This record gives sequence, C-alpha cells and structure tokens, in this order.
Amino acid sequence: MVLEIIRDVLAVSSTAAFLTLILVVCEGLILNYGSCEVMINGSRKETVQGGKSLLSSLQEKKIFIPSACGGRGTCGVCKVKVLEGGGPLLPTETPLLTKQEQQAGVRLSCQVKVRGPLAIEIPEELFRVRQYQARCSRIEDLTYDMKRFTFELTEPDTIPFTAGQYVQLRCPPYKGSREEVMRAYSIASDPLENRRIDLIIRRVPKGICTTWCFEYLREGDPVSFTGPFGDFYLRDTQTPKLFIAGGSGIAPFVSILWQMKHADDGRQTVFFFGANRTEDLCLLDEMKAFEQALPNFRFVPVVARPAPESRWSGQTGLVTEAVQRSFERLDGWEGYLCGGPGMIEAAIRVLRQMGIPDEKIYYDKFA
Amino acid sequence: MNGLGAELWQAVVVCFAAVFTNNILLTTFLGMCPFTSVSREVRTAAGLGGAVVFVMTFTCLLNWMAYHWILVPLGLEFFRFILFIIIIAAFVQVVEMILDRFSPRLYQNLGIFLPLITVNCAILGASLFMVIREYSLIVTIGYGFGSGLGWLLAILAMAGIRQRFNESRVPAGLQGPGITLIIAGLMALAFIGFTGVLS
Ligand SMILES: Cc1cc2nc3c(=O)[nH]c(=O)nc-3n(C[C@H](O)[C@H](O)[C@H](O)COP(=O)(O)OP(=O)(O)OC[C@H]3O[C@@H](n4cnc5c(N)ncnc54)[C@H](O)[C@@H]3O)c2cc1C
Ligand code: FES
Repeated sequence: MVLEIIRDVLAVSSTAAFLTLILVVCEGLILNYGSCEVMINGSRKETVQGGKSLLSSLQEKKIFIPSACGGRGTCGVCKVKVLEGGGPLLPTETPLLTKQEQQAGVRLSCQVKVRGPLAIEIPEELFRVRQYQARCSRIEDLTYDMKRFTFELTEPDTIPFTAGQYVQLRCPPYKGSREEVMRAYSIASDPLENRRIDLIIRRVPKGICTTWCFEYLREGDPVSFTGPFGDFYLRDTQTPKLFIAGGSGIAPFVSILWQMKHADDGRQTVFFFGANRTEDLCLLDEMKAFEQALPNFRFVPVVARPAPESRWSGQTGLVTEAVQRSFERLDGWEGYLCGGPGMIEAAIRVLRQMGIPDEKIYYDKFA
Repeated sequence: MNGLGAELWQAVVVCFAAVFTNNILLTTFLGMCPFTSVSREVRTAAGLGGAVVFVMTFTCLLNWMAYHWILVPLGLEFFRFILFIIIIAAFVQVVEMILDRFSPRLYQNLGIFLPLITVNCAILGASLFMVIREYSLIVTIGYGFGSGLGWLLAILAMAGIRQRFNESRVPAGLQGPGITLIIAGLMALAFIGFTGVLS
C-alpha cells in the first residue's frame, strides 16, 4: 500500500519533472541567440546578448533611447533607424510609424528583438545621455495636485542639459505596480545650477508613476533617472516668442526662463498659462520675478472657469481663446507649446490660423 | 484487409467525421471563447485555426502515449486531467519558443492567442474524447488532426460570415457576441446535415 503510494507519487512527479527538463533544455537551445553585434551609426560597435529588445540591450550598454511607455509599444518615442537585420516590421509597430518612416527603416526599439547582427542609426546626442543617481531633497506643494520635487545629484554629480529638455524618472516596483517603469518629466530648474534638478509633477488619478511620487517618495529617498532627452529648447532666432502651457506643462518654461534671465534676453516673449480654476494656478511669484528681470517678458495666466467667489480679474476661457483675444495675427512669431495632447493640438490649430508656419511651432506633448 | 490497413482506414473515417459530422466546435461547443473573440478577420482566424490544428494533433498524440504507456500500467487513469493539461501547457510553450525564434511575424500575430490555446477546452476535450472512445494510436492521430481541422473550418467560416456583416446593419442589441452566437447556432444546424453523408 505504502509502496504503491510512493510509486505513484514518484511516477507523477517524475513525469512533471521530465517535462520541465524538456522546457529548460528547449529554452537553452532555441532561445539562445548567443552574443550579437550591434553597429551604431557605422562607427561604434557593441556586443550584446541576443534575445532581448533592442531598447533594453542598448540600455545595458549605457545607451539610453527615450521611452515614455516603458517598452509597451504604445508611445512611439523609442524610434530608431534600423539599417540591417531588424527582421520584418511587426504588427505592433505599424500604427505608430508613418509611411515615410516605415520606408526609411524606422522601427520601435522596444519591439525589435536582437536576434543577430544589427546596424542602427541614432542621434549622436543620445550618447550624452547617462544614468544619474540622486537624492530627493525637497518636496513642495504647488497646488492641490501638483508638487515640485528637487533631486540632488549624487552620481555623477552634475548634469549638463539644455533648458527645455526632460529626464526619464525610474519608478521602482511598489505596492500598486509590480514592475519598474520609466516616465518622462521635464526639468524645471536653472540649467546653470546643474548639481540638482527640479521636476514639477501633476498627479494623474491611478497613474503608476505619479502615485508613487505622491504617496511613496519621501524627502531623503534615493531616486534614479536617465537623461537629458528632447529637442524642445529655445531657438536662437531674433523673432518674438509665444509660450503656451497647461498644468504641469509649465515645467520646461521655468528652466527656459532661467536661461533667458542669465542671458539678459531682450526678445519679446509672452507666456500664456492655462488653468481650469484659480486653484490650479501656481508659481505666480516666480513668474512675477521673471517679469521684473526680463523687460520684454509678460506672463498671462488664463483661468477657464473661475469660481465667482475667487474674484478672478484676469483672462478667462481657454488659453487659445485668450491668445486670439490678445493678438490680431502672429506672423513672424515662434510658438512653444507644452502640456496635454488635447491642448497642444488645439493650440497648433490656432497658431497655424494666426500665421505661424508648422516648422516654427515647437512642442512637447505630455502623453 | 490486414490489421494496419483497417486501422488506417478507420483513422481516415474518424478524421473525416471529426471535421464534418462530429465537429468539436459545432456539436460539442467546445472552444467557444476564442471562436467568438478571434473570428473578426479571416487572416487572424486562419492563423489561430492553424495553430489549433497543429497543437491538437500533437497533444492528442502525446497524451495518448502518456495515458497508455504511463497512466494505464500504473493504474493512475484518474490522473489524466492533470497530466494532459501539463503536457498541453509544456507543448504550447515549446511551440511558442520555436515560433519566437523562427517566425517572429507569426509569433507577434498570434500574440496572446498561442498561450490562450493552453486553456482552450477544445484541446483538452479532444484528448479526453480519444480516451473515452478508446481510439488506437493511429486513429488518435487522425482524430486529433480532424478535430483541429474541423475547428479551423468552423472559425474560418465564421470569420468569413462576420466580415460580410461589417457592411450589414445588425440590430444594436445583437451586435458583437449576440449575432455571433446566433450564427454559430445556424452553422451547427447546417453541420448536422452532414450526419446523413456518413451513415
Ligand atoms: C516629453 C514629456 C515630458 C513630460 N513632462 C512632464 C512634466 O514635466 N510633468 C508631468 O507631470 N508630466 C510630464 N509628462 C507626463 C508623464 O511622463 C506621465 O505620462 C504622467 O505623469 C503619467 O504617468 P503615470 O505613470 O502616473 O500614469 P500611467 O500609469 O502611465 O497612466 C495612468 C492612466 O492615466 C492616463 N494618463 C496618462 N497621462 C495622463 C494625463 N496627463 N492626463 C490624463 N490622463 C493621463 C493614461 O492613459 C492611463 O490610462 C511628460 C511626458 C512627456 C512625453
Ligand atoms: S517605448 Fe513606448 S513605444 Fe517603445
């Protein structure tokens, strides 16, 4: 009796063990791509272990391709040009690539798997991107759903960046999210003070990273991020500039205004900042200080629906409406936009109508 | 006819029956979940159907061997549910790896469907039927292949019909799964008509 039980248990478990063994062997044999060579921009050669996505393979080699969705294939930020060896275009990529991009060999690096030798092309400035360790030294409330986080760099201890660029903050696994994610946040501090960065973050209900920042991150905690990324910076032309931001879209402009202040920038600049209610307005004192330092700079807060008891006397309605009220035409201006996709698209339409050509409209979409 | 010949003939008959008269989807309504959710487009339906044919044929074969060579001698027949599931899961995993390596496009296209096959009740159903009906090894191969083919045929037909529906006006309350189930019922009725062919 006892023998039989033992025999049966053994038989069953050894069958299961045998199957597991087969799986392990297959994995080793089939999914082992060995080491693969990735040729970057025809000059730099990296050897990576095959089988992972191009995005994470490059990351291991300290080449940080930006990604806003963390490799889920939904943001389209991680585009790179694959010249050789990327395999066929995948159905997960086609919705995010234009016809021209597809023909030029542009791919989503988070979807392309390294299976053999590859040749790719990436913008040179990505080589400048590094991983930074820092300590969260200050958390400050700006509004009921926006906070300013200050990160003091520890390793490396300075970050060279251009005002307007963003970093990718690493949000570690925590109670509400099991895997690590990366999210993009614009730097909102003085580019000359590059031993620390400020981020202005607006809470997204149920958002993975923002929930972590608002509920789990404490002053003194270590953080890490990669950067700087992005080509949203002030162009070096003499034309007057129009800034439009909504919500946390104010962040890159803070940095840009510091840069203008250091340069004693005399170019005509008007900044429209849109908020839903008066409670959503922030940094009014800092903007006033910039107005005093820069003679040709004007800050125009616009409140969409001010509550009657707030006695708001400034501009009301949508930011785009305020722009239309303030200017007849905007020929010869440059537009800089930052905020949610809805606001950006509306603003692009209005600026186009008012005479700014598409190539003079620069924007960072917070999506 | 000698023994082997007779068995081969029986395998062909069983295979044919599994495709038409005993279609696993339309007579036992097994595997309905992917049938309703993946039948929007002929191309994906064909991909999934092909995967089912392949997986069903081989898992029936493997499960037959495991049942007759391991469980029966040990008197552990009651254990077949668990063992079959484990074997199916392991097999699908291996297929997934092979696809990932050699046909990334198909792998991406099938995406989540391949792992879903593991929990597809038609696959386990076929293995259990082949035990209940006491098929021999060769007949089992015919049966597994035929059942898969029958499933493929049914989902292809459904996808074809549903593609035509794109242009027609289905009453609002019936759109999606509602009309799909009604069509499945009509198709089942039509397939019953095949029963006459074999008798
Ligand atoms: C270049 C760039 C710069 C950015 N800079 C900043 C910045 O300076 N400050 C800042 O606060 N954010 C900024 N963002 C947005 C930021 O990267 C995150 O997308 C945002 O904080 C949400 O992350 P999450 O992990 O909390 O939410 P997730 O878990 O990613 O999203 C949760 C849900 O909310 C939805 N959702 C995502 N974003 C929004 C939104 N903005 N409004 C409403 N619903 C949303 C998603 O679709 C999802 O359903 C920037 C984005 C980009 C691409
Ligand atoms: S990282 Fe978002 S699409 Fe690749």
